[in-house]
Amino acid sequence: MNAITNYIKSLFLWELMKGLSLTGRYLFKSKITVQYPEEKTPLSNRFRGLHALRRYPNGEERCIACKLCEAVCPALAITIESAPRENDGTRRTSRYEIDLLKCIFCGFCEESCPVDSIVESRTFEYHGEQRGDLLMTKEKLLAQGDKVEQELAADRAYDARYR
Amino acid sequence: MEIIYILLGIILIVVPLMLSVAYLTYAERKIIGYMQVRIGPNRVGPRGWLQPIADAVKLMFKEIIIPTNANTFLFIIAPILVIAPALAAWAVIPFMSGWVLADINAGLLYILAMTSIGVYGIIIAGWASNSKYAFLGALRSAAQIVSYEIAMGFALVGVLMAAGSLNLSQIIQAQNGSIFHWFWLPLLPLFVIYFISGVAETNRSPFDLAEGESEIVAGFHVEYSGMLFAIFFLAEYANMILIAALTSTLFWGGWLSPFQGTFLESTFAWVPGLFWFIIKIALFLLFFLWFRATFPRYRYDQLMRLGWKVFIPITLVWIVVLSVFILVKLPPWFV
Repeated sequence: MNAITNYIKSLFLWELMKGLSLTGRYLFKSKITVQYPEEKTPLSNRFRGLHALRRYPNGEERCIACKLCEAVCPALAITIESAPRENDGTRRTSRYEIDLLKCIFCGFCEESCPVDSIVESRTFEYHGEQRGDLLMTKEKLLAQGDKVEQELAADRAYDARYR
Repeated sequence: MEIIYILLGIILIVVPLMLSVAYLTYAERKIIGYMQVRIGPNRVGPRGWLQPIADAVKLMFKEIIIPTNANTFLFIIAPILVIAPALAAWAVIPFMSGWVLADINAGLLYILAMTSIGVYGIIIAGWASNSKYAFLGALRSAAQIVSYEIAMGFALVGVLMAAGSLNLSQIIQAQNGSIFHWFWLPLLPLFVIYFISGVAETNRSPFDLAEGESEIVAGFHVEYSGMLFAIFFLAEYANMILIAALTSTLFWGGWLSPFQGTFLESTFAWVPGLFWFIIKIALFLLFFLWFRATFPRYRYDQLMRLGWKVFIPITLVWIVVLSVFILVKLPPWFV
């Protein structure tokens, strides 16, 4: 009996009709496309985008050259050299570079940082036009930190209670 | 003088046809996009209306690459062999009462011949490319078109019996009366088989094994680029429109108004038959796109099984049933 029903169903294209009616209904559904440059999806406050080095409110850079981020980086994208700073002899980085071409944006550097210095900002729309553009030097990282400091501080303050 | 009128007629058919091919690609991308809950092309011009123009310009300026080991002559002539019959078949399609380029009495035979010749271009393209993917695609396409041609031919035999003529205008006249006089009702199984075989003939999804991009890259036209590729593309879409036009001519009354024989007949009497014809073509083209958005591709053996073991027996049985209909003069079709 079942075989006969199946035979009749397939002869009258029953399942194909069901498929057609499904796609037919979807034709009139509201569309979910996000028109990217004009519309954007919301970003998490834990978004891991372009890196930045932060400063304290008095302008002193936070990084103390502990090199934890360099040690934890799974992609070996971070290179740090340290030296006593000339004017006050404090331990500072003389070189701090992140190679964005190696970076996998895992966020381990941010988590390992004891002074919240290296962070990943929400910036993700960037590009390099020449070789070396995607090698973030200390100056570029600090500049990025200065540029988005307010956003970074707000995001960290919001997230502080979960840490 | 006569020849000028013929040339004028050809231009009047081919130019709108090419424009509709261009906008059919746009409609396809939009409709399939909508069925996949996306919005489709919308960047070039308002709502993406200029997208097909941009595509055409892009294809025109692309380089035509001829592979080193290809047979150059056959490689170039293949797309021409595909598009020529696709356009030539339009000569016998009646657009309105009396509006037909060549009112020949063997119109239906001519159509059959033209749609079958198209496969030569595909085989030659596959062979001349000297590429395994192209060759496999061409083999599949040849086997498929030959198989479905038979079922299609039998479906046309049904139409021929019902109308008693091979002339397409007379076939439409034989359906005169009302929407229920059209041949879709007495020939329902033949209509369904004809349309499905038509989808298979044009190598459209779910019968697009000849292209089979997941297995053989793009099938017979992998090695083609630029305008040569565009011609294959044009031919495929022109064939789709042709099948839609034929389906509406043979089974859905061509230019006849759907309100014939109802109280609305006089209200719509001013609408030209061409309008109804275009509406019907658009409807069947929508089905082509709808199928593509819905069905996964047939496996090769399933395709052959469907053609030989399902369609051909059904058409044969229905031809017998139809002859009984005609013998007993079943009203309202065969009085």
